[in-house]
Amino acid sequence: MENIKKYNKIFTAVFNVNETDLNGDFSITSVDNWDSITQLTLVSELEDEFDIMLDTQDILEFQSYEEGKKIVKKYNIEL
Amino acid sequence: MILKGKVALITGTRSGIGKAIAERFAEEGAIVYANAREDNSIDSWAKAISRDFKTKVIPSYFDVTDHSTAKKKVLDIKKEQGQLDILVNNAGIVSYELLAMTSLEKLREMFEVNVVGMIHLMQIASRLMSRQKSGSIINISSIVGVQGVKGQLSYSATKGAVNALTKSAAKELASSNIRVNAIAPGMVETDRFKKVFEEKFSSRIEDIGMGRLAKPKEIANTCIFLGSNLSEYVSGQIIGVDGCTNF
Repeated sequence: MENIKKYNKIFTAVFNVNETDLNGDFSITSVDNWDSITQLTLVSELEDEFDIMLDTQDILEFQSYEEGKKIVKKYNIEL
Repeated sequence: MILKGKVALITGTRSGIGKAIAERFAEEGAIVYANAREDNSIDSWAKAISRDFKTKVIPSYFDVTDHSTAKKKVLDIKKEQGQLDILVNNAGIVSYELLAMTSLEKLREMFEVNVVGMIHLMQIASRLMSRQKSGSIINISSIVGVQGVKGQLSYSATKGAVNALTKSAAKELASSNIRVNAIAPGMVETDRFKKVFEEKFSSRIEDIGMGRLAKPKEIANTCIFLGSNLSEYVSGQIIGVDGCTNF
């Protein structure tokens, strides 16, 4: 599976949404069930999938679908 | 061999309590990642202990305030062993001074090592442990963090913080089956403290109910309990190992 598909699959599972919902507006401010618990779950699933471990600052800044892509790319994961 | 099959990271193992903990963990069959700051400083000891107890004691050189290296070293453990079962946060610095003589610069440095470095390692280790749904984090505190003591304001402040963060982390991590406890030793007969004790505090022997300093091994033995499955329902506790000391 392509990395972007894996990335999207984790988002759809964690937030219980369709892949078509994932766009530039998908963020902590627009998604009702995006809180600190789901954010940690999201990070944990991504870390497992891509075998990486995010720095604390990156976890704190992981607050949108698009920002998340930039952060994951910092760990040499091509999306 | 109560820790057989467990993988532990112990910080500050070059001497004193940390060294005793690492030796007891090895004796109980754990694979031990023994941390020290100075490169190559514990190589020969680690080799000897590995041989004596037929296990692996692997030196892990980093400064707990160097967060990026600390993270890399913890991830190395995960890569090499596939698991991290026990974290013993022992590395710390100590000083003796009155309130009016407390340097704020040194106070900040002490918090950076004794508290911030500890929290950072707990952050990384707990994320690995939560994926395993098991783990034990043991923070080495001090009796002065519980009782306070005249002439050690900075150190007692950091150890009070250790006690509070231990209790909070225990509550947060319990649902992931990660236990977090602290050990609060009294006066311990390490080479470093023995000298200070003889020079400055020999009259304090009267404060110790049992009338003697603790052996480092006696602190290590409580660590064995907290690292093992014997303590699987114990979390959020500050366990005094102080021979009934009352300052």
